[in-house]
Amino acid sequence: MAETTTADARPAPAGAPWSEGVAAPVIDLAGVGKTYRTGAIEYEALRDIHLRIDEGEYVAIMGPSGSGKSTLMNLIGCLDTLTVGRYLLAGDDVADLDEVDLAEIRNRRIGFVFQQFHLLPSLAAWRNVELPLVYGHVPGPERRRRAVEALERVGLGSKLANRPGEMSGGQQQRVAVARALVGEPALILADEPTGNLDSTSSADVLGLFDELHAQGRTIVLITHELEVAQHARRIVRVRDGRIQSDEVNPR
Amino acid sequence: MTWTETLRTGWAAIRSHGLRSTLTVLGILIGIAAVILTVGLGLGTQKDVSEQISSLGSNLLIVTPGSSTDSDGMRGGFGSAATLTRSDAQALASEVNTPDVAGVAPEKSTSLAVETSETNWTTTVVGTTPEWLDVRSRELSSGEFFTADDDAEAAAVVVLGSQTATELFGSTDVVGQVVTIADTPFTVVGVLASEGAAASADLDDLAVIPLTTAAEQVVGGSSRSSVSTIYVQAASADQLAAAYQETETTLLNLHSITDADSADFSINSQDSLVSTATAVYRTLTVLLTGIAGLSLLVGGIGVMNIMLVSVTERTREIGLRKALGAPPWAIRRQFLVEATVLGLAGGLLGAALGIVSARVLPDLLDTSIVVSGAAVAGSVVVAMGIGLVFGVYPATRAARLAPIDALRSE
Ligand SMILES: Nc1ncnc2c1ncn2[C@@H]1O[C@H](COP(=O)(O)OP(=O)(O)OP(=O)(O)O)[C@@H](O)[C@H]1O
Ligand SMILES: [Mg+2]
Repeated sequence: MAETTTADARPAPAGAPWSEGVAAPVIDLAGVGKTYRTGAIEYEALRDIHLRIDEGEYVAIMGPSGSGKSTLMNLIGCLDTLTVGRYLLAGDDVADLDEVDLAEIRNRRIGFVFQQFHLLPSLAAWRNVELPLVYGHVPGPERRRRAVEALERVGLGSKLANRPGEMSGGQQQRVAVARALVGEPALILADEPTGNLDSTSSADVLGLFDELHAQGRTIVLITHELEVAQHARRIVRVRDGRIQSDEVNPR
Repeated sequence: MTWTETLRTGWAAIRSHGLRSTLTVLGILIGIAAVILTVGLGLGTQKDVSEQISSLGSNLLIVTPGSSTDSDGMRGGFGSAATLTRSDAQALASEVNTPDVAGVAPEKSTSLAVETSETNWTTTVVGTTPEWLDVRSRELSSGEFFTADDDAEAAAVVVLGSQTATELFGSTDVVGQVVTIADTPFTVVGVLASEGAAASADLDDLAVIPLTTAAEQVVGGSSRSSVSTIYVQAASADQLAAAYQETETTLLNLHSITDADSADFSINSQDSLVSTATAVYRTLTVLLTGIAGLSLLVGGIGVMNIMLVSVTERTREIGLRKALGAPPWAIRRQFLVEATVLGLAGGLLGAALGIVSARVLPDLLDTSIVVSGAAVAGSVVVAMGIGLVFGVYPATRAARLAPIDALRSE
């Protein structure tokens, strides 16, 4: 099967710092592979990935279940380590960064929406949303104000004090989205952020992402649905751990 | 993450597992209370014993039959031998033999039933001489002590301890009443003043009769002339050493023994009794405190166990916090604070329980418990330290978890 790997063809200025120019590569993966090891069994979830994403881009990653989308997101988000290859995040080789640096990068620069939400069940919605700010040394009253604001943005202003167990799946997903936004990160990584939402709230969340994109944030969104992917400017298709195609979304 | 934030999160985590946290705290609590109580009990008993010994009288030497330990480490006829007699006591009372001795009181004690027509009460019956009252520094609350004539005539008279009088007659106003000891009717001539609640119960529960009467009518048998103890009172504290020498020389002469090491009696001062008793109780206290300390160690292991369970259970939470930007030190601190809070809670509650028990137990057990501030403060600090130390391993384990592995764990 022939692969269309247009990613490598894309021109990108090398080593541009995070804050400069719209065209600076925020994410630069070269020859990246990820192999999972379960006992004696090895499974190559990703292989030979070349992917550059510039600041301010809105990219959708699509692919069948098990193709390695979440694995890719975990690598981009510095949650997992590469098996082979090189990953430059805003020009810095991630392999050279220690745990404290990585923690700070995740805290300041990246907002995650996990496929399984990952909310803390014992905390009220706003307490969940303020967590990134807790580790970002934001003072208490401001944390609360910003957490409330983020929840209002996702339409949950009336559920501030509810615990995750007291909310529907879609509401929990929106809490997860609010948590990703609250720190105003430059890069938002969202794994199926609309998977559990009906068309109305799905449209709301996607509208929010459009807005963030308009503000200059970089957005990487994983989805199954073409309709959702249509919001992005670029669509990367993954299959069996490889990039199958990487195209500008004609819209 | 600030300290207040860490504390708030830790407290929330502890509260969310109420029962488990309570049980862990209980482990520490019991250990701390046990340490405070054993130390307190040890100190209290030492205090009781030294008070008891000093309440025997002042500047006393206590002569008992039986040798001190001989060169082979064997004890001579202790207890069995009736090596002290009334004539020994008379010789010790002589100005010539013992110029530094102020008074001598031989005692011949047995445990016997004292009866009235209504009731009976088993007490220590002490046969002695009239000097007993001065030598033992006792006073009468009513009546008189028996006289030398009473002793010479083997008169059937008795002086009762205040508790004995109360047990037999329901009051201490009993002079002139008759009690029966060993089938002989005795007239009560006096009642001893109580030594008060602080003193040992033995001091107020006894019946004192003339030594001759005791030998002839009450105890009898072959050991008729023997006595169980001779109390020798030095004229002053400064003369105690001299009195000791004189007593020893006199008795060795009387018993025709040349070598002091093979003496068939032993002489103890109150001080030496106190230090012997104190040494015994100190050893016991150290031993018991060691055992209590072990229970504290077990409590500490409990904290470690609970923290390990907590780390395992909250692996996903740790993963999430790391994913959202918690550096390893923040996670470590989180778990250390939780472990320390558990330890501290156990320490404070244990100290409270220890102090309360130290107030309540003496009423039930008839022993003093001395709670020292240092022991309380020390054990609270130790409890906190235990939480901290036993929290290090689980906290480090939590801090080392890779974020994605932690997030994915079930
Ligand atoms: N921790 C792991 N250990 C072993 N294999 C893993 C692990 N995580 C993922 N895999 C495997 O890697 C492959 C890619 O998984 P991944 O979660 O990235 O898929 P995905 O594209 O996100 O799928 P979906 O759309 O269902 O979420 C799968 O075959 C999966 O079984
Ligand atoms: Mg996935």
